Amino acid sequence: MMPDLPDIPILALIFAGLMGASILAYVLLDGYDLGVGMLMPAADAREQNRMVNSIGPFWDANETWLVLGVGILLVAFPVAHGVILQGLYLPVAAMLVGLMLRGVAFEFRLKAEGWHRELWNWLFWFGSFLASFAQGVMLGRYITGFASGFGYWLFAALVGAALCGGYVLLGATWLIARTEGALQKKALAWTRWGLAWVAFGVALVSAATPLVSETVRHKWFNFPDTLWLMALPAATLAAGVRLWFHANEKSFQEKNLWRPYGYAAAIFVLAFAGLAYSIFPWIVIDRIGLWQAAHPSALRVVLWGALVVLPFIIAYNVFAYRVFAGKAKENLYD
Amino acid sequence: MDGSDALLLARAQFGLNIAFHILFPTLTIGLAWILVYFRVQYARTGEAAWLATFRLWTKVFALTFAMGVVSGITMSFQFGTNWPGYMGKVGNIAGPLLAYEVLTAFFLEATFLGVMLFGMSRVPPWLHLASTVLVAFGTTVSAFWILALNSWMQTPAGHVIQDGVLIAGDWWAVIFNPSFPYRLAHMMLASFLTAAFVVAGLSAWRLLKARSDAPALRTLRTGMVVAAVLAPLQALVGDLHGLNTLEHQPAKIAAMEALWKTQTGMALVLVAIPNEKEKRNDYEVAVPSLGSYILKHDFEAEVKGLEAFADHPPVAPLFFAFRAMVGMGVLMILLSWFSVYVLFIKNETPRALLWILSAFTFAGWVATLCGWLVTEIGRQPWLVTGILRTQDAVGHVGAAQLGASFTLYLLAYVLMFVAYMVVLTHLAGKGESSMTQASSKS
Repeated sequence: MMPDLPDIPILALIFAGLMGASILAYVLLDGYDLGVGMLMPAADAREQNRMVNSIGPFWDANETWLVLGVGILLVAFPVAHGVILQGLYLPVAAMLVGLMLRGVAFEFRLKAEGWHRELWNWLFWFGSFLASFAQGVMLGRYITGFASGFGYWLFAALVGAALCGGYVLLGATWLIARTEGALQKKALAWTRWGLAWVAFGVALVSAATPLVSETVRHKWFNFPDTLWLMALPAATLAAGVRLWFHANEKSFQEKNLWRPYGYAAAIFVLAFAGLAYSIFPWIVIDRIGLWQAAHPSALRVVLWGALVVLPFIIAYNVFAYRVFAGKAKENLYD
Repeated sequence: MDGSDALLLARAQFGLNIAFHILFPTLTIGLAWILVYFRVQYARTGEAAWLATFRLWTKVFALTFAMGVVSGITMSFQFGTNWPGYMGKVGNIAGPLLAYEVLTAFFLEATFLGVMLFGMSRVPPWLHLASTVLVAFGTTVSAFWILALNSWMQTPAGHVIQDGVLIAGDWWAVIFNPSFPYRLAHMMLASFLTAAFVVAGLSAWRLLKARSDAPALRTLRTGMVVAAVLAPLQALVGDLHGLNTLEHQPAKIAAMEALWKTQTGMALVLVAIPNEKEKRNDYEVAVPSLGSYILKHDFEAEVKGLEAFADHPPVAPLFFAFRAMVGMGVLMILLSWFSVYVLFIKNETPRALLWILSAFTFAGWVATLCGWLVTEIGRQPWLVTGILRTQDAVGHVGAAQLGASFTLYLLAYVLMFVAYMVVLTHLAGKGESSMTQASSKS
């Protein structure tokens, strides 16, 4: 039997849900533009322009979901905010530097010429890679409760590599929908590569989390719950298999444009759900629970704001995606 | 490593980041509204030249905005990595204010920036104009929330203490705390002045290369008119802000003026080297009674010196930074008036003036940074005046990690800043002409 845990106030639950949704939105959205950044070296110069242009109007808003996610962590769970960000100090710093380099490289590469342009292309790739890898390391460190030791860091590095694969997958499937011709064909091939990495990563994290924490093991290997919980990996596998067959030059059809991205997103959502199930009701496994939330007065005032403003945010994000729908062109400033 | 080293490193790192960050919003808040002006002019006249002007300055804006976004994301993390005690103690107040900034400003700016930059041929003209206004509105809303929080840290109000942490008793009082209106007005004006001098300075740079560039002359005039109107207003608002500080944070004023002892008919120190050890000024040059007149509008009034306060901020940085800010402000007033006289009344554009204006391109940055140094160092040793000391908020990250990340940040900032300057100079040198060519090509 597990020891009894304190009750979780409904407000804290709501904020945990909002934070989860925000982080998931970040991963699905910034994931594809980071992935496109990492795929840059695999394309030629003209393709690179189209790739960057396909994410040009979106990357900034996509990153804002990260700020919202960490903002909710800060507002709703200030104790965990301090513990997590101090525990992740170095990977966070690396991620931030990566995000900075790629964010400005975006602007600079458009304006630079000659070897300057080459340098910013390289920094765009490197920044995308560094940020993605660091985020994976953060995930790896987080699920092992920031445990020290070579093995744990190696594990975190592997998760980092796997998340790079995952973002490459999202980026490649995004490019399938947003490009045409030879570049689209390349994107189909990239999708399969990304998928292989994701399979490795999901397996790795799934195997490691129960080993690290008894709490997590108990939740997954606890008959008869285990039986219906197996639906989660089964669905993930099914999405992966479907994606593998869709990401094929012969079977791919333009009318199913968004299906590859949809399946890739489904894999991420399912993996995210599994992780959320593992960790709940903790926010730092076995150390800080969701009940250690901020004062209700602070939560209420933010909740009201969020309820009023979030529908607008979603609406104008959807609007922006509609404005910039269609295949990416080579010239960004039309 | 002992506690004070960790504190110093954490402060240095956060200070580096926040100082780097503030440069870019300072420019974009004002520039966004100048862009609205350019966009409206294009809508009104339909002139291709206004469109080229708008395009050139949206590029400068986009570049600056990206620098602000990425360094701002860094800050949202450094609150947790460097100052965990801050969120623990006042998170119930700071958290919601920051959350409102993200919700009401960040998404708005980021999304409509995309439409403003890339959507001109994809949306109807009115919607493009509306997007430009929404971007500007977003930057101003962002300033509103962040200055509400900063002002609350300077002059806290509206809170109650429960179980050792602060919660808001009255949000209206928290947001509209005593120093907020002054600080917001001061910062907004600083932002407009910074943008005005950047627009004028880069236009002057272009005119040095191509004397007949009419759109560049037009933006030069725009910048100097804005500056000539707002610079004196800024002096007035700055004075009011100072009086407000004297009321709520008198130790900060005493340090700014290097006033060690309480005086009636306080002298205004013009030049000195504050001597922290002996608690006096070396090589002082002062005007009798003028200090009392400026601070209390009465030549005989008493002003409290540093001796009257148990805690006070370090004197020399405040004394010098304040003088640098005021000095730069005075130069900006004189230069903008002189420029308006030469440009409009004498109707000339002498090369010497163009050189001077180019040199003053980033005058607003210098003044703004000095101003922030004054107000932030002036709050020490407190992080939140009277409530939380900076040393009690610092985290427990090791020196190696702090040192490594500090180096990483510094390298990234230097690289980004150099690149920013190179691109800006390049864009300005080519001027609007490149924009018309680019648009006729596509």
